[in-house]
Amino acid sequence: MTPRRQRMIVIGLVLAGVAVAVLLASAAFQESVNYFRTPTQVASGDVPATRSIRLGGMVADDSVARDPGSLTVRFTVTDYANNVDVVYTGVLPDLFREGQGVVTRGRLGADGVFEAEEVLAKHDENYMPPEVKEALANAKKAQ
Amino acid sequence: MWRLLVRWFHQLASPPYFYRFAGRVAPWFGVVGGLLIVAGAYGGLALAPADYQQGDGFRIIYVHVPSAYLSMMAYVVMASAAFVGFVWRIKLAHAVAVSAAPIGASFTFLALVTGMLWGKPMWGTYWQWADARLVSELVLLFLYFGYMALRAAFEERDKADRASALLAVVGVVNVPIIHYSVIWWSTLHQGPSISKLDAPSIDASMLVPLLLMIFGHTFLFVYVLFERLKGEVLLRERQARWVRKLVGTTA
Repeated sequence: MTPRRQRMIVIGLVLAGVAVAVLLASAAFQESVNYFRTPTQVASGDVPATRSIRLGGMVADDSVARDPGSLTVRFTVTDYANNVDVVYTGVLPDLFREGQGVVTRGRLGADGVFEAEEVLAKHDENYMPPEVKEALANAKKAQ
Repeated sequence: MWRLLVRWFHQLASPPYFYRFAGRVAPWFGVVGGLLIVAGAYGGLALAPADYQQGDGFRIIYVHVPSAYLSMMAYVVMASAAFVGFVWRIKLAHAVAVSAAPIGASFTFLALVTGMLWGKPMWGTYWQWADARLVSELVLLFLYFGYMALRAAFEERDKADRASALLAVVGVVNVPIIHYSVIWWSTLHQGPSISKLDAPSIDASMLVPLLLMIFGHTFLFVYVLFERLKGEVLLRERQARWVRKLVGTTA
């Protein structure tokens, strides 16, 4: 075996070893690498009630209700299969809107309402000018 | 034809030949990159419409996306060069890896900072430790730092070349993790907009300047890489006769 070949094998083995280690680690920690849980996971009881978790999904249309005179707001997070009602007191990010993505951190109450301590807007990957959005909405309505 | 290409490749690995080659080619990359960036910046900042959700804030993608792309691209260049240098003991390949590292680290830093500045108004937070995309990009920055620090720890250049090459090659595992993090796991960071196989999820009026910026930054990267390489080659060959002749000292 030439030294060149030897070096190639050494570096290949090291790389393969690290890759396998990373693969195993990320498979083992799959759940904790995920940033949030979905309403379906919450509905199936997959979520600990004692620990703080992140719940992610879309803010359901016509679900946002603001408490007059306070910063408390109630809304529903949906993945279009299951829904979770959320209550939150605080300032919402600018991009918080019905029909847009959201990630909330908090605890699932005994009554099934998710009490959020933090609400972040999850922006999607769509970028377009307002006129295009309007045209899309009109086309949808016309259908 | 093939033989000619192989001969040219061997010639390119000779430092004096490469030094002249880089000196001739680099300015063109600089000029083209500069023009593309000026055109892309004008298109992105003046011509492209505001986003329907984010308003003018979305325009930070014209720096963020090219930086993030090149932070990974530079790493692939660095790791490939380190691999070639390690296996075939080609000194010029190590010089390429050394020269690419600080450029890649700069783009990584820029991608992180622009992302954080965008994140605060849009997401509502600068940083989330639980987000796989954010953390894997930060790991990339530390890989660059680790590579540079490891090199600095060796007195002999040959030893530094070999040890740091191993780190550079191993670290390449992180690159697909960064890219696919938003697909494999749930993240706060949005998914890919332009590298999808079906239609891109970004309007053409916004996409064209972005592509100009991506190409412009890539040319800029090659330009800076060549300029850094010229310095690195001179430093490594400072005892050689061609360098002495070049700088005019015969001592």
